[in-house]
Amino acid sequence: MSVMVDIRSVHKSFGSLHVLKGVDLRVRTAEVTVVLGPSGSGKSTLLRTVNHLEKADRGEVSVDGALMGYRRVGNRLYELPEREVLRQRTRIGFVFQNFRLFPHLTVLDNVVEAPVSALKRPRKQAVADARRLLERVGLGDRAEAYPRQLSGGQQQRVAIARALALEPKLLLFDEPTSALDPELVGEVLDVIRDLAARGTTMIVVTHEIAFAREVADTVVFMADGRIVEQGPPAEVLGAPREERTRAFLAKVL
Amino acid sequence: MSSDTLAKVPTAPQTPGPADTPRIVPRRRYGQWAAAVAVLALLALAADSVLRNKAFQWGVVADYFTSDAVLRGLWLTLWLTAVVMVLGFALGTLLAAFRLSANPVLRAVSWGYVWLFRSIPILVQLLLWFNIGALYPQVFGVRTVDLLTPIAVAIVGLTLHEAAFAAEVVRAGILSVDRGQIEAAQALGLSRSRRWWRIVLPQAMRSIVPPAGNMLIGTLKGTSIVSVIAVNDLLFSAQLIYHRTYQVIPLLMVATLWYAAVTSLLGLGQHFVEKYYARGTEHAR
Repeated sequence: MSVMVDIRSVHKSFGSLHVLKGVDLRVRTAEVTVVLGPSGSGKSTLLRTVNHLEKADRGEVSVDGALMGYRRVGNRLYELPEREVLRQRTRIGFVFQNFRLFPHLTVLDNVVEAPVSALKRPRKQAVADARRLLERVGLGDRAEAYPRQLSGGQQQRVAIARALALEPKLLLFDEPTSALDPELVGEVLDVIRDLAARGTTMIVVTHEIAFAREVADTVVFMADGRIVEQGPPAEVLGAPREERTRAFLAKVL
Repeated sequence: MSSDTLAKVPTAPQTPGPADTPRIVPRRRYGQWAAAVAVLALLALAADSVLRNKAFQWGVVADYFTSDAVLRGLWLTLWLTAVVMVLGFALGTLLAAFRLSANPVLRAVSWGYVWLFRSIPILVQLLLWFNIGALYPQVFGVRTVDLLTPIAVAIVGLTLHEAAFAAEVVRAGILSVDRGQIEAAQALGLSRSRRWWRIVLPQAMRSIVPPAGNMLIGTLKGTSIVSVIAVNDLLFSAQLIYHRTYQVIPLLMVATLWYAAVTSLLGLGQHFVEKYYARGTEHAR
């Protein structure tokens, strides 16, 4: 199967804090990769380097065969103009922990915004697509509401619809249920589960171990800026080889 | 609860329930009543003195209130305010964008501008522009005094002054918008200009409108300073009349009443603009 995301020896520091210490990861098309790990292990930063929201200090990231944020000439990487980076990002959906819907736009306008302004779709078509997507995440009747009139779970489902509106080849989830009340987590996981069943390529950073076991094709365990262990959930979660993985799982299970 | 139970609330106990449920008795607010009586008494005294003092010459006020000269002055004050406000905020928004840009040269330019024009009192600035011909008698082959008529000096001086303050108001508004909003827009591939006009500015407007309304009212009244360079605004028109008739107080009253009337209207307008930009912020469903 083809490789959708190819991360090669990525390093990242914030000041003196070395957050990613040489991460290599390949994500195959139509697979779900779940990234687990204690907070501060660098998993969110890694996810953000994939769509170039964070620039790696060293190493490179390719998505669907295209180098993110740079143009390779010989042995050099030249930074792309912002316009090009933005175009690359339209092929990647990103869902934030705290939703980040645009509060001054209705639910429908939140979903319609990117297809119309970034992909130059006719508005009429974008609105029809958006209504279908909202229907799919179970919010067809809230299209005219403003984000703050919705519950957290509903807002996150709108955020997923907004990411899907670009028809991305890859979806990135940064702790999509961490900001939710416990009783609202299920409705968001249901939507992600449904996407997985449709063969969407996804990287999900989460703390939901049960969800990882059920949905992931590959589980990646990170600690201290490195990937400690990766493999099918039955191996990594069922019979971890590394002591750090065992210690983490013992704490969260 | 049905609607007829609601209608009975004033006479019935607040919460129908077991007889031993204690009834809530609101605190008596005697201070409010005392304050109201005191304020009304003071207002009555003030009104009495204003109406009975013949020196106000309310008849003269009424005569001049809608006279041609006063209305022409009012008109000039209004359009000068509008022009200065629009140009000042356009330049101010540009300066705020410079100040927040990643380009250090633009940041320095913006900082320098704001520093310079906030440092010079507007009165001093108007007089400087008015006399600039002494420094530069000619620009592009035109005599400076022909180019910078008093009204042009008023527009230039007030706009440059306004822009320095508008820049800070707009900058504060933009800083009030959550950084995550810009990141979300970047993740969706929205262009820089689209992020600015569609995502950031509309959200910044909630914090910009109240101080901008303040500035609009300040500018309306502040335009009266152009009377020092003989521009025929509301105040100068009133002054021209009282220099001829010596009815100083009634004509200042005419100007005062007009300024207060226009300010009240602007305050009302601000209320509706604020309501518009507050959409999507209420929590109720």
